[in-house]
Amino acid sequence: MNRLVAENLTFRYTDQAILNGASLELRAGELLVLLGANGAGKTTLLRLLARQLKPESGVITLGDADISRWSPRRLSQQLALMPQDENRISSLTVLDVVSLGRMPHSGWWSPLGKVDRDRVDEAIEAAGLTTFRERAITDLSGGEWRRMILARAMAQDATVLILDEPIAGLDLKYQYEVLDRVRLLTKQKQILTLLTMHDLNMAAMFADRIAILHAGKLIAIGTAQEVLRSEVILQAFGVHVQVIKHPTLESPLVVPLHEFHRPTVGVSYG
Amino acid sequence: MLLAAWMLLIVVSIGSLFVGAISISIVDAFQAFVLGDTSALSSTERTILIELRLPRLFTAILVGASLGIAGVGFQALFRNPLADPYIIGASSGAALGVTVAIVIGWQATSFGLRTSSFAALLGSLFMVVVVLGIGSISRRSTSLSLLLAGVALSSMINSIVSLLMFWNEEKVIVIFAWLMGSLASNDWNSIASTGIIGLLGFVLLWSLSRPLDAYLLGDIASQSLGLNLVWFRVLLVIGSSIATGAAVSAAGIIGFVGLISPHMARWTVGPKHVWLIPMSACFGAMILIIADSIARTVVAPTELPVGSITALLGCPFFLGLLLFRSRSNDLLGGAP
Repeated sequence: MNRLVAENLTFRYTDQAILNGASLELRAGELLVLLGANGAGKTTLLRLLARQLKPESGVITLGDADISRWSPRRLSQQLALMPQDENRISSLTVLDVVSLGRMPHSGWWSPLGKVDRDRVDEAIEAAGLTTFRERAITDLSGGEWRRMILARAMAQDATVLILDEPIAGLDLKYQYEVLDRVRLLTKQKQILTLLTMHDLNMAAMFADRIAILHAGKLIAIGTAQEVLRSEVILQAFGVHVQVIKHPTLESPLVVPLHEFHRPTVGVSYG
Repeated sequence: MLLAAWMLLIVVSIGSLFVGAISISIVDAFQAFVLGDTSALSSTERTILIELRLPRLFTAILVGASLGIAGVGFQALFRNPLADPYIIGASSGAALGVTVAIVIGWQATSFGLRTSSFAALLGSLFMVVVVLGIGSISRRSTSLSLLLAGVALSSMINSIVSLLMFWNEEKVIVIFAWLMGSLASNDWNSIASTGIIGLLGFVLLWSLSRPLDAYLLGDIASQSLGLNLVWFRVLLVIGSSIATGAAVSAAGIIGFVGLISPHMARWTVGPKHVWLIPMSACFGAMILIIADSIARTVVAPTELPVGSITALLGCPFFLGLLLFRSRSNDLLGGAP
């Protein structure tokens, strides 16, 4: 299972095309970051890859197998999707929710075995949630909630990890910690990781490759140096930037040059 | 906790046997049935206990438990703490089923089940499927719009039931008595029939416990955990409707039990469905036994419709719920 290949994915909601022939490859041990403006179709692409939406055309293969033929349970053993947000109506504990990550392996009924419990403990520890184990999830802050979903995705022990904005709402420390943890996991277990985010510089630091989605098409894909160029960013986000070198790292640093709208001086309101 | 609740249920059950228009001493009954002293109870008392109160107690347990189970199922299905078989229209559907069966004089028994059980089952299934169908067509199937659809449809169904009664005057009394909700007049055959259907609903929903926990997190999360949402929802609808059908066919329309027992269960055993479902069944049974005991005794020998007692008790409870636990994300939550 060292490759997930999506070819020519097309998807539309009624008459509006969301994705228009997107092709993408995930490789083992590689962290791919998907960037794009709000509404560019990132979440749709992620849900298509996780087979939660049915593409109008296009094929997704994992290894040599076409995943559209798999049962939901088999797919969930191989692929974990961390959603952007979840319903906050049930007050299960953090431990309960992370344990649900083992459902693809344990099934609906059998109690969790030692392997399952170990995986759950590892994931809770890795997400820095040890002290929150028994806390009701309705009492978690936004950042803690995200770390919990991440822990559940890790407990799922899948080959393909797809994370929708895993660092949104986290403070700087946890942004680093989460990305560092995901990167380490990707390298150690040679899994295929795809995540979306909005911070271009964070993406430049952590990603092996970056893909940029604009108007339903992938307009650039490659290393940070190859992709994060001012003309590409202008096209995707409509913002003028200057790309400079990071003071201590090899990665590029994107600096916005946008002119602020200044209040006009001397306007009289009276 | 679950064990304690079930013990309490047994105590309440035994207690309810000795409450009623004619008072029978628990000591005498103990002497008669356990110690074998046949002179301790008169034959009338014996008949009242064995042939009237005991079947009635079993009916209350089965109906209450089924409503408790159905309530958990519907609240999960609609991801809404306000859902219950009564509000979303499953009860009205079952009522329509039974009314139609009475009107057309359908008498066939199927699989050893009473006609009314079968008709109630079909009616409640039909209603839930229609509500979900509306949700899937509208593309805006938020749980609130589904609930509203259920409320609207159940008023329509209730009018159809009224019209059927209007056009079939000679059967009005039968239908009306049944619609008011009563635990009387169930013989052992119908109790067995209710028990089988209720148990079926319980087993089906209980077997969905772990997926139900996942389902409440949302569609994306539960799909990512391997749930086939379409099939899961079908099973959930069938389980909840079966439980509703069991209750409605045995006792007519009884409101509020399906709404409040899941909430009481959550406060005692938390939100995990593996505990929640049996606990809600237990509370449902207890509430109905107590309500029925009240219905039988307050203006004895006249008997009040048990449905009005549950609504009378349930309404203040429901208002209290709204006032004191108004954090909406807490309502499907667990122990405070």
